[in-house]
Amino acid sequence: MTTVSNIPKVQRISGTNMAIRLARFREIGIILLLILIVLGASVVEPSFLKPFNIRTIFLWLPLLTVIAMGEVMVIITKGIDVSVGSTMALAGISVGMIWRQNPSFNIYASTGIAILIGLAAGALNGALIAWAKLPPIIATLGTLNAYRGLTFIVSGGRQIDPNYVPRKIIFWSIKGPFGNEMVPWVVVIAFFITVVTWAFLHYTVTGRNIYAIGGNLNASRLRGVPVEWTIFLVYTITGALAGFSGILYASRFGFVNPGETGVGFELTVIAAVVIGGTSMFGGSGSAFGVFIGCLLLAVINVALAVLGVAATWQLAVYGAVILLAAIADALIQLKLRRAITGE
Amino acid sequence: MSIKKPSTTVIRKTNTTSTGLSVLNILTRSEILTLFLLILAFVVGTILSPYFLDIPFLLNNTSTYIEIGIMGLGLVAVIINGEIDLSVESTLALVACVAGVLFFDLHFPMPIVLVISLALGAALGWLNGFLVTRTSLPSLLVTLATLALYRGAANILVGDDSRPKLAWSREIVFPSWFLGVEKVHILGTPIPLPLVILIVLAVIIGIILAKTTFGRWVYAIGTNEQAARYSGIPTARVKRILFTLSGFLAGLAGLIMVSRLGVARYDHARGWALDAITAVVLGGVSIEGGKGGVLGPVLAFLLIVILRTGMGVANIKAESQLAVIGALLIGAVLTSNFIERFHK
Repeated sequence: MTTVSNIPKVQRISGTNMAIRLARFREIGIILLLILIVLGASVVEPSFLKPFNIRTIFLWLPLLTVIAMGEVMVIITKGIDVSVGSTMALAGISVGMIWRQNPSFNIYASTGIAILIGLAAGALNGALIAWAKLPPIIATLGTLNAYRGLTFIVSGGRQIDPNYVPRKIIFWSIKGPFGNEMVPWVVVIAFFITVVTWAFLHYTVTGRNIYAIGGNLNASRLRGVPVEWTIFLVYTITGALAGFSGILYASRFGFVNPGETGVGFELTVIAAVVIGGTSMFGGSGSAFGVFIGCLLLAVINVALAVLGVAATWQLAVYGAVILLAAIADALIQLKLRRAITGE
Repeated sequence: MSIKKPSTTVIRKTNTTSTGLSVLNILTRSEILTLFLLILAFVVGTILSPYFLDIPFLLNNTSTYIEIGIMGLGLVAVIINGEIDLSVESTLALVACVAGVLFFDLHFPMPIVLVISLALGAALGWLNGFLVTRTSLPSLLVTLATLALYRGAANILVGDDSRPKLAWSREIVFPSWFLGVEKVHILGTPIPLPLVILIVLAVIIGIILAKTTFGRWVYAIGTNEQAARYSGIPTARVKRILFTLSGFLAGLAGLIMVSRLGVARYDHARGWALDAITAVVLGGVSIEGGKGGVLGPVLAFLLIVILRTGMGVANIKAESQLAVIGALLIGAVLTSNFIERFHK
């Protein structure tokens, strides 16, 4: 596939400069798709652009975006983390158990504890993958089950009911900065985490190392990249973000259920990451693209509801979108490679 | 996963033959650890409870998880080949729902329904294989998409209801000869029919993998796909055949599930693909491809049944049992990695 037998022809590169530049901006396809869906939906149903629906789209984002920011780093290193849904539930349930015992427990301390639980869960994943050399899918498949089991053990199988979730935490999903109700705090936090992740991946040495490991693990080791520590760090951050999402879940939905919260969510997250132009082969992907990927899933979700498409269609549409986005991306990459190598 | 380290696998294999330590050779066989755990589970269970060694009860309990085992058989071949198929559980659900709609809504005779359903399962699997080989996208991604797509199609087809519908009279059911496959036992023995089906399929697939040229191709592609292609193996065709097999077996599992439960629903077997992969990996099949066999996953399947039954007897809730299964998976792979490293 990737065999480049002849030396790339220099003049061809200059000839297709424009095409390469466009294709290199990998998010272009998905942004076009996003615009198309928004236009289509608002032509068919003008009420689609009503503030209420836009707010629903915004509220849909935080859970997905926050975990996806961790998952994209994992996938850039050529790994995968399927335990995020269980980690989210474990953190949410554990904090919920504290609320059950002590309803007036400080909400910032609660958030800190949720993040710490997620951090520990992620660190275990990271240690298993970085040092025990387990394949990422095996390690996180194991912890997917293990953390879900722990969630049941910690909670005794009972749900954290809405009356136990602190009002202030629920308010994070209702009110935003300056008392506005359009962009609630959870959305602001999700934006913030996206920007931080983008900056981290692009402007720090560790961030560049993450790309280097995904691009060529052995080469990056030879260049002195602390491979094990970086991989460990990536999974730990993902765990911490998933733990934080446990709080976001409680805030958004007002309950945490051991058998429902985050079940199958890892697949939605991976879908968003991949739709956002991240290559499963590692070495490429961006926080910005993934954010657009999350936005696309949110828009599709709300558009289906507004257009009156039965909820039963949602899953199939998801599957089709993931497939189309992936195939389109693969074709673009193929064209790009042919343009560069002149094959 | 398509992440492969072909070179190390090859080196390890030559080392194994050259050192010629026969005991270690047996120890590093992928099934041994699973067999050991299986025996251990038996012994511990028997010590803990005198009622544990109720063989007919254990055998009947295999039917409860039989779909995991049958999906796992298809996955064994796909994973040895270096690919993965997450969509099996959705294929199962879609085939089950199509069977229900064909029989109740379109009034097809049941034998024809069965034929069409099995063909559909194979077709869904073939589509996976086609997409993987034509687009050269990772199978993890393609089957992640069809995981949603196939179950989504089942959801569109029957909605949140089931076939037969909840509102229908109790007399409208599948034909009685089709229902209750788990209640059929072979010649007065306590072995239920689904387990027999699993074992027969395992023997067939085991022989194909171990004794035929096609089987050698599967391992060769899983070890080093590029080398396999350069040595003239039709890699794309082999892959398509394996995905088709995986879809076919998932479809068969769907029919068995409908026969067991008497209803077809779109959410049948939700999340079971990961369980099936767990059984396969616990059975010593390398997720990186090129290594493993059918025997290990079948033993692992029995191990999971015994553990789940044992924990059920001990009154541990089904969901809490997940923690043990997860820990077991990690522990087993860690141990086999450790033995291999020690061996080297």
